[in-house]
Parts: sequence; C-alpha cells; structure tokens
Amino acid sequence: MKRASKIYTTLVMIFLFAPIAILLVFSFNDAKSLSVFSGFSLHWYRELFRDAETLKAVRNTLVLAVSAALISTAMGTAAAVGINRLRNKVLRQTMDSVTNIPMINPDIITGISLMLMFVFVGRLFGAATSLNFGTMLIAHITFCLPYVILQVLPKLQQMDKALPEAAMDLGCTPFRAFLKAVLPEIMPGVITGLIMAFTLSLDDFVISYFTSGNGFQTLPIRIYNMTKKTVTPKMYALATIIFFVILTLLLVSNLYDEDEVQRRRAARQIRKASKEAKP
Amino acid sequence: MKKTIALLVSVLMLAALLAGCGGEGKTLTLNVYNWGEYISDGSEDSFNTIREFEKWYQETYGQKVKVNYTTFASNEDMYAKLSSGAVSYDVIFPSDYMIARMRENGMLLELDFNNIPNYANIDEGFRGLFYDPDNKYTVPYAYGVIGVIYNAAVVDEADVGGWDLLWNEKYKGEILQINNSRDAFGIAQYKLGLDVNSTDRAEWDLALAELKKQAPLVKSYVMDEIYNMMESGEAAIGAYYAGDYFTMIDAQAEGIDLQFYYPERTNYFIDAMCVPSCCQNKELAERFINYMLSPEPAIANAEIIYYACPNKAVFTNEDYIDEMGEEAMEILYPEIGDFSALYNEYAYRNLDEETLDYVNSLWESLKIN
Repeated sequence: MKRASKIYTTLVMIFLFAPIAILLVFSFNDAKSLSVFSGFSLHWYRELFRDAETLKAVRNTLVLAVSAALISTAMGTAAAVGINRLRNKVLRQTMDSVTNIPMINPDIITGISLMLMFVFVGRLFGAATSLNFGTMLIAHITFCLPYVILQVLPKLQQMDKALPEAAMDLGCTPFRAFLKAVLPEIMPGVITGLIMAFTLSLDDFVISYFTSGNGFQTLPIRIYNMTKKTVTPKMYALATIIFFVILTLLLVSNLYDEDEVQRRRAARQIRKASKEAKP
Repeated sequence: MKKTIALLVSVLMLAALLAGCGGEGKTLTLNVYNWGEYISDGSEDSFNTIREFEKWYQETYGQKVKVNYTTFASNEDMYAKLSSGAVSYDVIFPSDYMIARMRENGMLLELDFNNIPNYANIDEGFRGLFYDPDNKYTVPYAYGVIGVIYNAAVVDEADVGGWDLLWNEKYKGEILQINNSRDAFGIAQYKLGLDVNSTDRAEWDLALAELKKQAPLVKSYVMDEIYNMMESGEAAIGAYYAGDYFTMIDAQAEGIDLQFYYPERTNYFIDAMCVPSCCQNKELAERFINYMLSPEPAIANAEIIYYACPNKAVFTNEDYIDEMGEEAMEILYPEIGDFSALYNEYAYRNLDEETLDYVNSLWESLKIN
C-alpha cells in the first residue's frame, strides 16, 4: 500500500513537472529543434533579451498585472469589508452570488461581453478606437476582483468583531480603526488575494485577447500569434524565467504564511499565560 | 469611503476612454497589424525593420513617427478584430482570399500609388490577380507554394512525384495531413484534378471520400507540430509551404534527410499589404508600404520569412541569391511560367457561406471517425 501510494505520487509529479522540465532543458539548446538537444548554450536567452517586441510585450504584461492586482486588491478588500457588514441575509447572499458570477463565467463570455460593452461605450463617445490599455485594465480588474473578495472575506469573518469596535472606543475614526485594527488582522488574505490577482492577470489569454486594442499586446497574445511560423526557443527561455520568478514568489508567500502562523501561535501563548497569571 | 471608490472608478473609466484619443504633439502614430514572426525584427543580428523605418521617416520627412506593431495568428482572427470596429489599424497583411472578402465588404481603401513609387519593383506577374483585379488595393508582400516534404531515409525515390505519396499504403503511420479543412480538402482536390473553389457539393463529397481513404494511413493531422515531427523523424511525409521546409532542414536530427518537391497541381498563396478603411493616416501608411518595398528592408524580410518575394529588388539581388543558396532559390522560385494564370486557377478563393458550412460539416465528419 505504501509503495503504491509512492508510485502514484511519483506519477502525478512526473505529469505535472515533465513538461516544464522539457521546456527548461530545451531553452538551453544550441539548435532550434525541440527534438534534438545539440549542446548547451545561452543563445536563446541572448536572443530573448534582444527581441524588443517581446520585451515590450513582457513589460506590457507586467504593467497590466501589477496595476490590475493592486487596484483589484484595494477594491476587493473594500468590497469584502462592505459585504461582511451586511446584516440582511438575502442581500448578503445576493452579493455573494453576484461577486461569484465573473469567477464561474467562462472566460470567453466575459471577454466577448466586455469587448462589446467597450465598443458600445466607445461608439457613444465617438472614439475611433475603443480598445486600449485602459479597457484591458478594467477587464483584468473585473475578473480578478472576485478572487480577492474570496480571499479576504473569510479572514474578516474569522476576525474578532470587537476589535474595530474597541479601536473606535479608544478614539479611532472608523477609517483609522480599519487601518490599525482590521487591516493587520486580514493582511494574509489581502496578500494572498494580491498574489492570486497578479498571477491570474499575468497568464490570462482569452479575456485579454478580446479586449486588446492597437499597440498594446500582452505576452500570451504575442506567443499565440507566432503560429504562422514556428515558436522560437527564445519563448522557452522566457517561460523558464517566468517559471522561476513565479516559483520565488510562491516560496516567499509560503514563508510569509509560515511566519504568520508562528506569530499567531506565540501571541496565543502569551495571551494564555497572561490569563493564567491573573487570579 | 463610498464616494472615494465611486470617484476612483469613474476616473478610471474616463482615463480609459481618453487614453485612446490622446494626440501627443507632433509624433505620428502608425498602427501595423501583421502575422506573428513575419518581419525582420532584429533578432539574430538581423535588420530591425520597425526601428529603421522610424529612423528613416524622421530623416526623410523630418517628423517623428511611432510604430505600434501588433500581430495576429490567422486571417479570421484579424478579420474579427477589424470588423468589431473596436480597433484602428493603418497597414494590414491579409492573405488573398481574405483580401477579396474585405474588398467586397468595403473594408479596404484604394491606395494612392503616387506615394508608393517602389511599386515598380513588383514583378509584372503579380498584377491583375483575382483578389485585386485592377491593382488598386494591394501590394504583395510574400507568396508561397505548398509542396511535399519527405524523409529520403525512409521514402523510396521511386514513390516520389505526385500527391499519391500521401496516399501510399507502404508508409502507413508515417504520413501527416494538414489540420485545417481548406488545405486538407485542397490536397485531395488537387490530387483528383477537381476545382478547389467548386460550389458543387458532389465534388466536395468526392474529395471527402479521398480523405477518408487516406485517414487510416495518417499518423496525425497537424499544423505547426509538423516542424517537430518531421525534424525528429517521427513522421516521414507531409505537405507544407516551401519556405518552411528550409526551417525544418535547419533543425533536422541526425540520420534524417528531408527532401522537397512540388506535385503538378498545388496551392499558391499571397500575403499582401493593404490599408483598411479604419486607417487614421493614409499617407503615412502608404509611405510605410513604400518603405517596405525598398531593397534593404525587403531583402531582410524575405531572408527572415523564407517565403518567396514578389519584389524584383529582392529576387534579382546578388547578395540575396548568395545568402539563400542555389537550392533554396530553385525551390522558392520555381520556373512556372505565367504565375498569374496558375495562381488564378489554383489559389483558394472565398467560398460562399453555404459551401463553407457544407465543407466544415464534411470536415467534422472526417475528424470524428
């Protein structure tokens, strides 16, 4: 039984990581082929850093992902605080469902409907082009938002409700109480939401594809469009770099979580100790 | 708090709208929409067409120009983007049948050839083609011919010659067929001597029967996976564009000997530069097209794309001929006599919707079995 489970785990790992491993290996290939490894070289990495259009696409993707993540985290956290305060059960459930719709909606529907809306609004204002960086940003915020809310809301529910009240009793304005008492409590959720929003925005293809306009193209779209000719190995090099960046981010966020757990455990022990000390 | 958020959202929406119409002083903007990997972009120390154009334009006309260069993956993708009315491009590079469709829909502008003096470099064989019979809308950029690529280490020389090789039972499991209805049916139609633009359903049924006969021999239906499968020897026979054959040779594994030939009847395609009706600066677009026809960028592009070039300044240029090599020149520019006659007979045209639907249903019936 134990052996079977080991084999099973190994198999799962192979299927998960073999494609990435192959990509990684062939990004160091001397030749252009994906089937013949003819020697180690950094040739494709060098080519990658010379390819101005691809680097521009990377920059576009990063600018878009960072701004979408920051804005949707701010908006999502605010929305979660609002939803958490709702006392009306029906209203609250409706809000929950409404925020979940963009998440369960197929990307293609979100993409097409957003595009139609942008075109419609653009026509109203008589603009020659209605799709640009701004519309893409709105689209990305739209699909990132529910994930942020989903991360922050449980943290708010776990939080001791007396906390902000206590802060206000001690003279804080509601906004200050939120910053000083609530935000630190829900920070792990906010950070996870931020990272999720960032990665979702980074690898989105379908919605970006429909909402991209002239002159602003993200990396996934650029790679997709390489199919007239064959995709060059510099894309493997780029994918390898992105993989390691994401891996690092993931490790950092895990470390942060680990830290958080230990900090809480320590805090609980102190609280317990102080309670016991009191008669 | 509520007010702040509402304000933030409205500012964002406004910014998004305004960002599109921001005219930044004197810098001109040119929006170019081309196939991916279809221009010399400075990689591998090549000529960076876009940067050089910007430099050239400023030197020649004394005005700064910024090129927004974006790419598309298929004619249909490009058509969908343009017809949505959400974007505006100044120069596009569609293929022949799509040009015909866009011209019929009034989506192209007539070019002012006074701004494109280099048009004289285009070979006379590329005038009066079906998609632009009066030479008003297009300037050809690249063209190609489909041929058969085979691995001479596996395939007998005696079996080589026509489309029959793709139906040869001896090579069961070694054959690749193109995974798109038009090309796959086209190959069957060329083999049978049928018209690829037929509106007669019976003729399409005949082609389908031929494809069904081939199906058990086919290893897989592929698009650009063909590169890896041919290079590694996973498959030995496939049909693809002549220019792409050279890409495969460059990467073939040891013991693989890829060869190429043209069957008698085969497909020709042309990609051409056009100015769509959503263009914002037609004169600038025409100057860009003119620049693309001048020797330096034209040669650089032809060398990168590896398709044939209809520009006399390219295919008669000594350096270009040297760089490509004798074999490539023979394959890319076969002596076929009157190009326009062959092209007008064998190129794919835009099918009417009814036929297109019928073909797609036949294609699905082939793929499901």
